[in-house]
Formats: sequence, structure tokens, C-alpha cells
Amino acid sequence: MDNHPLINCIAVCSDSGCLSGGGEAVRTALVAALERKGLAQQVEVRATGCFGFCEQGPIIITRPDQTFYVRVKPQDADAIVTQHILGGKIIDRLLYRDAAGVKLPTTEGMGFYAKQRRRILRRVGEIDPEQIDHYLATDGYRALEKALKTMTPESVADEVERSGLRGRGGAGFPTGRKWRMARIAPSNSKEMAGRKFVICNADEGDPGAFMNRSLLEGDPHAVLEGLILAGYAVGAQQGYVYIRAEYPRAVRKIEKAIRQAYERGFLGKNILASGFDFDVETRLGAGAFVCGEETALLQSIEGRRGNPTPRPPFPAQKGLWGCPTTINNVETLANAAPIVLYGADWLNSTGTETSKGTKTFALAGKVRNTGLIEVPLGISLREVIYEIGGGIQNDKTFKLVQIGGPSGGCVPAEHIDKPLDYESLRALGAMVGSGGLVVMDEDNCAVDVAHYFLSFIQAESCGKCPPCRLGTLQMLHILDRIRQGEGEAEDLNRLLTLADAIQKGSLCGLGQTAPNPVLTTLRYFRHEYEAHVIEKRCPGRVCKSLITYSVQSDRCNGCTLCARACPAEAILGDLKQPHSIVIEKCLRCGACLDACNRDAILVN
Amino acid sequence: MVLAALQAVQDAHGYLSPESVQAIAEYLGVSQNEAYGVASFYAQFKFIRPGRHAVKVCQGTACHVRRSDLVLEAFERELGIENGQTTADGEFSLERVACFGCCALAPVVVVDEDVHARVRMTGVKRLLKKYTGTGRSSEKLVASESDN
Repeated sequence: MDNHPLINCIAVCSDSGCLSGGGEAVRTALVAALERKGLAQQVEVRATGCFGFCEQGPIIITRPDQTFYVRVKPQDADAIVTQHILGGKIIDRLLYRDAAGVKLPTTEGMGFYAKQRRRILRRVGEIDPEQIDHYLATDGYRALEKALKTMTPESVADEVERSGLRGRGGAGFPTGRKWRMARIAPSNSKEMAGRKFVICNADEGDPGAFMNRSLLEGDPHAVLEGLILAGYAVGAQQGYVYIRAEYPRAVRKIEKAIRQAYERGFLGKNILASGFDFDVETRLGAGAFVCGEETALLQSIEGRRGNPTPRPPFPAQKGLWGCPTTINNVETLANAAPIVLYGADWLNSTGTETSKGTKTFALAGKVRNTGLIEVPLGISLREVIYEIGGGIQNDKTFKLVQIGGPSGGCVPAEHIDKPLDYESLRALGAMVGSGGLVVMDEDNCAVDVAHYFLSFIQAESCGKCPPCRLGTLQMLHILDRIRQGEGEAEDLNRLLTLADAIQKGSLCGLGQTAPNPVLTTLRYFRHEYEAHVIEKRCPGRVCKSLITYSVQSDRCNGCTLCARACPAEAILGDLKQPHSIVIEKCLRCGACLDACNRDAILVN
Repeated sequence: MVLAALQAVQDAHGYLSPESVQAIAEYLGVSQNEAYGVASFYAQFKFIRPGRHAVKVCQGTACHVRRSDLVLEAFERELGIENGQTTADGEFSLERVACFGCCALAPVVVVDEDVHARVRMTGVKRLLKKYTGTGRSSEKLVASESDN
């Protein structure tokens, strides 16, 4: 029988997310299955970046028909090849089912995708990020060519400024203006007169954020091209990609992209015969949240402890080794090439008056659809959580969404119709930050969330400024007391006083924003703090000292699963008889809750 | 470049011994205080010999709201060690990590280079069993011992 494949490409998500679900094994199995049918030459198995819908991973998409298969296992490979690729028959059981149970063959009609605008992520999931030719075939390096051949450095910065692009790393400073500041700053340090630097900040340290990792893994050349354009606009000779060592795959991808760009003449001496010389190297971050702060990052690249330094002088005036330096976030740089190539309108035709363009977010926590998303700035939180996110898991009640990581804040349910943009979020006490959106439900505790972020910040404080180093520790002690049921009414005012002192007395952004998670939870969930302090009760049933576990005897069928899971031997009961928990022995570890299949464990 | 030197040595040896920090300081002509000051600033550096298998339990925000604190406690109980320690037989070391960036799959645990998604407390024992007695990273350890 002749083999006529109806499909010429199978895209397999090879982002860190899908790989953890077995994506690599799926890819190898597909290659082997195609070889068995003699189709290895006709059908490409392409390792792409993230499709975004991580919840459903590992995901594959067949092309050209765009069939979207979810939760694929290696043993599905033969069926995919024989039934679909050769037989043209879509495999029903591998299709995504929406909330209503309808099976959808493509992303068309999926709530997760309907409100998204994948512009920065347009190549992520499409191309093989390790093939520079895939990048070139999708307008890659054409912006660089246009800039070097037809534009002055000033006009590149002008175009970016006209687009309204603001920094995607958190603070939202206008990118074009940042470039111009470094461009006009004189470079007169003693050892390195005339030198300027540009840095890509890929130290995505916010816990709960992975957009930059996915972008670097899925389209590394787009970031690199943005960095080269920044270098041209600023007048730099050298660029660095400062990237977390915790992202080994992203490091490999960007390093490979840099090698390829050198081979093709997009880096090095006399790029595209323009006379512009530019080099790029990577520098690995070593696990310090504060190094996302510009001045701390500079210290780290110079090989020292990442202690922030006072500004002014700003990095644009005196940065790396005393030379003018521009630091841009990964996503900011990925916006640069399309702005230069297609014009400022490419960006400012979407978004709001002051927040232009789209923004990627890592949607995680208690929503049904978790993953990597890209939306126009100004979209409402409701649309993100209920339409893209598909609502809250297990039909629980939405409580709050934490935005912007440890420097951000918690936005409660009553503000769910507010737009997602720089100004609105700041007014709510949160910030766009780098883009982590962690959704929480009724089973989460506002005090516990505040404690979580504060303990993170406390550990990450570099220790230079006493208000941050000591103030966060005192706040943490107070929150510990409250969580243990030993808080007193005056504690809430003490938290506010300390927060004010830390904001005013800290040098860098980490310290100045450190109290935000406590302040926003106090602002919106004061009643929950009061429940801990006055009633000695944790409404989210999280804080261990304030909860007890028990077995609901009418639901328990005596299967013994919980008793076997209990590490403290605190659960008694005979087989097929309702069990009970000895409260004095209980560690409140939650193992029984996890083990029980009948919802018989009650937490109060 | 103290930082880069420390990274290179830890890559080769798996951790920074007092002797290696001293050697780096002497080689670069900086004080031991300075070298140790840089090393202790960054979470990446380890000062005790890691186990043959490195268990890293993510404590990022998304993992936290899906109760990764309880998962970490389950590992501590099962291994009989605390965060930051290595088991007496040198088999496992346990570490909490801020975020792996696999937030959609929380709670996440990484053993050596394998990412385990949606880890449940009741699955901890079985997860560890997969690695017990397998010498996956042992060659590296042997190599580092002969280097010293």
C-alpha cells in the first residue's frame, strides 16, 4: 500500500512545562512510529515552544489541519500515525473537552484562546526555536536589516518611543526614553572610555512567573534581535543576557541562538556590512531575587554580591564598569523587532491610552486552565480568570488574584472588573510586575499568602538597608504570631507602621515594595486578619495552629487509606468501620485529606 | 570574576568545600571573606556535599497555593532529614527552591533533572523509590572525589 501522509508536520511542545509531563517521550515515540511506516522523510516532528495551555500537556498539533491533541502519551503515537496521518481520521479520545463536555478538534472555539492575542508569542509553538532558518522565514532579522541599512540609531529609539512601549519587567518605564538616555550619556570611565552596554534581564526571579522562560525557550532569536537593536540604538558594543541558572533549557536555547547569529553575521564585526560591531554573551544568575533590580544586577554581572547601589547615578549614566548601560526585560526586547519592522502602530494599535500593546502572563493557581497567556493590556481580570482561565477549579469561590510577585499585591473579588494595565493595578496597590497571575480560592488564607511573600522577601533581602533587613523580620514575627493564634489587636497597626518605615527607608525596589503583599491583604482582607487575631480562627482553613482534622463518619466507609497514609498513626478504626482522628497526635499534615477518595475528611 | 569562578568550581565538584573557596580566593587574589561573601549571597551555592540524587521541592507561589509546604514536609518525614540536608547514606539531598517556572503544573518536584508535575503527598514514597539504589549521578560524584 502506498503511504500518502495527509499531515506534513507534527508540532510537539518541548517547553519545560510539557516536558515534565512526558513530552520528550511523546516526541521520540512519534519519530519511531513514523519510521516504522516509512514516513520519516515526509512528516516532520517539530520540537516547538509552548502552546500555552500547559494544563493539558503534553500537547501536539498536526499541520496543516491544526488538530490539537492533549495529554498525549507515547503509546498514542502509532494510532496518531496510522489513523490520523495516513487515514485522515481524527482521534476523538485525544481531543480537548471544554467545560460543557464538547470536544474541539482545533483551538477554534476554545475559551482559553478566544480572548488572547498571541503577538509576542506568535512564533512560540510554531517554529523550531533551534533553527535560525525558521526564524528567518518568519521575518526574522529583517528589523535589524532595516535598522542598519535605512535608520539612524536615533530614529530606532524614536520609533520605539512613538510606539508607547513600556518596560515589561515591572516598573513600566518608557523603553524608547531609556534607550535615548543611554545614547546621549557620555562614556568617560577611566578604563573603558567610549564603551556602552545593553543587558537583557532574564533573571525571572518572581516565584509564580515563567513567561520569560517560555519566550526564551520558544523564540530566542526574537529576544536576541531586540537586544542587538537596543545595542544599535544606544551605541553599545557589547550586550549581555543575564539569565537564571535555574532555567537550564532556556540557557541552552539562547546560547545556541547566539552561536547561530554569529555564524550568519548578525553578531560580531561589521554586521550586515553596516560598520556596526556588536557582541553578546550570557551571564548566569546564581539565585538571588534582588538581582532583578537593575543596580544589583550590574553588581552581579561584575561578579560581586548583588547589593543594590543608590540612584543617581542611573545605569543609563554610570552602569556596568562605570559605562552607560541599558537594562531591558526579555519581553520588552521581544517587542522591539516588530516595532522597528512594522512601525510604531504595530504596538500602539492595541492596549489602552497609557498601556500599549499586549502582555504575557503566567496564569497559575486555582483556575481550571493554567498556562502561558498573552492578552491586550486593558483586558479585565474577569475575562482572564473566567474566560481564559475557565473559572475556578472544583467550582470553588474565587477569592483573590496575586499579581506581580513579591513586589505586587493581591486583588480581591470585588475588583475583578478592573482593567489589567499599569495604572489601574497600581491604584489597587498591586503592579503588572513581570506578569505572574496566581489565582486563589476560598481554601487559601490571606494571612498565609502575606506570610508566604514576606518570608520570601525576608530571605532575599540583601541586608544592606536596616529597615528592609530588620523590618521585614519583625513583620514576619508578627505574622507568625497571628498564624499561631497568638496575635493581638495592636499587631495590625504595628504591621502598618513597620510597612511605612520599610517603604520610606529602603534604597531599592525590593525593599520599597516588600510590604505590598501585606498591605494589600490588610486593605482588602482585614476581616480575615481579625478572625485570626480575635476569634482565633482561620477562615481559609490553612493555618495549622487554628485548624483541626476530623472524619465524617457518615461518609467514611473504613477503607483504611487515610490510616495508612497518616505518618503519625493518629487515625484509628477497623476495616469497613468509620475511622476517627486522635487530635493530640495529629500533625495537620493533610496526608489523610489527600488520601481519602470519599471526601470524608473535614478540616475546621 | 569571583562569581564565575565559584560557578565553575561548583559545576565540577557539585558543591563548594572550604578548601575550594580558599583556592579560588588565592587564585583570584581576593580575600577569603570576599569569596565566601559572594558565595553565601547566592542561593545556588552549596557548602555541603550533595546526595547522589538531588530532590528539589518547588515553593513558588503557584506551588504554595497548591500546598507544596505539605509536600516538602512529606519529603522531610520520608527521608528523615530537613531542607538543606543530605541523608546519612548519601543517597538523597533535599532542598526547597523558589520557582522552576512550571507553575501551571504545581506542585512541582525536580529530582536530578526530572520534573515531576502535580506531586501529591501520598505519592512521595513511590516517587523516591524510583531513585533509591540507582546510581544516576554517582559517576559525577566519584569524579569530584578524585579531583579533590
